[in-house]
Amino acid sequence: MERLTFTYPAREAVARRVHVGVVGSGDLEVLLEPSADSDAHVAVTTSVDGFGTVWKHVLDRFFSRFEGAAAIEINDFGATPGVVLLASSRRRRRCAREQHARG
Amino acid sequence: MSADPPVSTIGLRWLEGLTGSAGILDLPPRTVRVADVPLGPEVARFIAVVPDPDNRFPRARAGEVGLDEALGLAREVRRTIAEDARRRPRAIIALVDVTSQAYGRREELLGIHLAGAAAVDAYASARLAGHPLVALLVGKAISGGFLTHGYQASRILALDSPEVLVHAMSKQAAARVTRRTVEELEQLGERVAPMAYDVRSYAKLGLLHRLIAGVNAAAPAPQDFERVRAELIAAVAAARAGARDLSTRLSSAAAQTGRAASIAVRSRLAEQWDAP
Amino acid sequence: MSSTPEGERFLARRSFIELNARERARALLDPGTFRELAGPFDRLKSPWLPLQGVVAQADDGVVIARGSIDGESAVVASIEGAYQGGSVGEVSGAKLAGALELALRDCERGRAVRPVLLLETGGVRLQEANLGLAAIAEVHAAIVALRRHVPVVAVVAGMVGCFGGMSLAAALCSHLIVTRQARLGMNGPEVIEQEAGLAELDAADRALIWALMGGEQRQATGFADVLVEDDSDAIAAQVRRAFAAPAPAPRSEQVEGLIARLAGIDGERPPEPAALRALWGRGT
Repeated sequence: MERLTFTYPAREAVARRVHVGVVGSGDLEVLLEPSADSDAHVAVTTSVDGFGTVWKHVLDRFFSRFEGAAAIEINDFGATPGVVLLASSRRRRRCAREQHARG
Repeated sequence: MSADPPVSTIGLRWLEGLTGSAGILDLPPRTVRVADVPLGPEVARFIAVVPDPDNRFPRARAGEVGLDEALGLAREVRRTIAEDARRRPRAIIALVDVTSQAYGRREELLGIHLAGAAAVDAYASARLAGHPLVALLVGKAISGGFLTHGYQASRILALDSPEVLVHAMSKQAAARVTRRTVEELEQLGERVAPMAYDVRSYAKLGLLHRLIAGVNAAAPAPQDFERVRAELIAAVAAARAGARDLSTRLSSAAAQTGRAASIAVRSRLAEQWDAP
Repeated sequence: MSSTPEGERFLARRSFIELNARERARALLDPGTFRELAGPFDRLKSPWLPLQGVVAQADDGVVIARGSIDGESAVVASIEGAYQGGSVGEVSGAKLAGALELALRDCERGRAVRPVLLLETGGVRLQEANLGLAAIAEVHAAIVALRRHVPVVAVVAGMVGCFGGMSLAAALCSHLIVTRQARLGMNGPEVIEQEAGLAELDAADRALIWALMGGEQRQATGFADVLVEDDSDAIAAQVRRAFAAPAPAPRSEQVEGLIARLAGIDGERPPEPAALRALWGRGT
């Protein structure tokens, strides 16, 4: 089991909190809420060691499109990068919908 | 792979020692032994589950709680409730030395889960009706065996003796299921408190009312029975004076650290229970 | 090609089994009333799993949701079968027992709360052994106490089923709803095969497993009250019906009846599952 942390610059506030997923085999859960500061922070706990570079690539891609100052917690039980990106996009879309709804 | 241990006679020995074997009632099934015995100022009903190699069901011949045992417990406890309906509910002492529930195809087909529930229901109902319900762990208290016989008690006492083991699965079965050795499981119990089998580790979780030191479970001397009787009298008095629920398992001193998360969860649920 | 009524019903059916624990709880509460307690953002996680290299889920695999059922105050406790097989640890067990205890407290104060248990569980989480087992004993105690005030309704839908000490919890409930895909038994088939040998039970024999402990068999032999399709609306309707109808005496209180029906069984030559339906069934 490994714990990895990442920080990304952000440009917008995040208003809501969002949770998706289950820590089932080959799956993961994601918690997103407003960051305590103006950056985005990601904490990954994963059952599979040695994939730090892969996580960084996946998160780099995610944050190339997402600019929110979010505190993100990921609890992973061996999800593939594709699944991670899918969960991240679902989360990003849900966040965007909620921001839009608030006007 | 470890061999399973021989059938235990500890439960029966303690029943006879605490009550005098002449007082054991002759009721079926043979695996559920009941005795009504003076305990201090009152008469208490002692109940033990003991092995019977001629048990009707082959998978319940080594001291497991099977279909007949669970239903026998339910019947005896409900009989006690009915007999005391118009008088002071007597204390019920569950003497616990059970290897586990019975594992078998017939048991599943015929609904051992419901038989077990019937025993739990009876014991819980007795406690709610005001019977001081006390469990005394003298040997193994494993899984479904303990859930059905002893775990509904408002006070749990245990002998501080190596024969007293508490867990969700026997060492041998757990070793097989997790593909570890028994030694590896024991080491794991040293790092992860709730996974330990021995009663001293169990006591740290805060679930026990008393850990009775200086008594040999497997080879008790006459003075051991007297000491334990005194402990039982005190526990019965505490149970009778206290709440008819399991709340001491969260309010005990040891539970504050041993079950800190259990307490924190309940606290958070209570805070959020009503809408803001 | 024109669609048939059966075809339309099939397309309209929404699987309950495919829903996760949170979605199942939401499906059973009146629309718009779902409110989660001690949820993922409270981060009440297992203190024990990370010590063993297992990733802790933020809600420890149990969802507690308040809301209403047919307008009456309710609480749903829903176990996530996809997390650690729905096994009960310290925190998940405390959520189950704690929710029932709070419902009991409200009932004792004259404010009825309708409790629903969604049981998708293998029983005690071995990595938390004694704390999981203790929590299950507390769940049992709470169900028996609550039943005096209000029906306690349980649903076992599958695919994990309901095993271990939680199968006793299911049997303690006032009203038990099962699907065909459900299984209900005290010991999992793998453990029975391991402990008693392949001749006793072949855990890979799916037909045998469902014949012994599947939802249809359980309902036909008196261990469950209602057999329902794997459909969210149908299950929600059965839950509402369970609270609306007067509760019969709980099956776990029927000791003499249970002893009597077991008395005729030969321990060495028990009946086949189908024959048991004829012996113990409720008739046509």
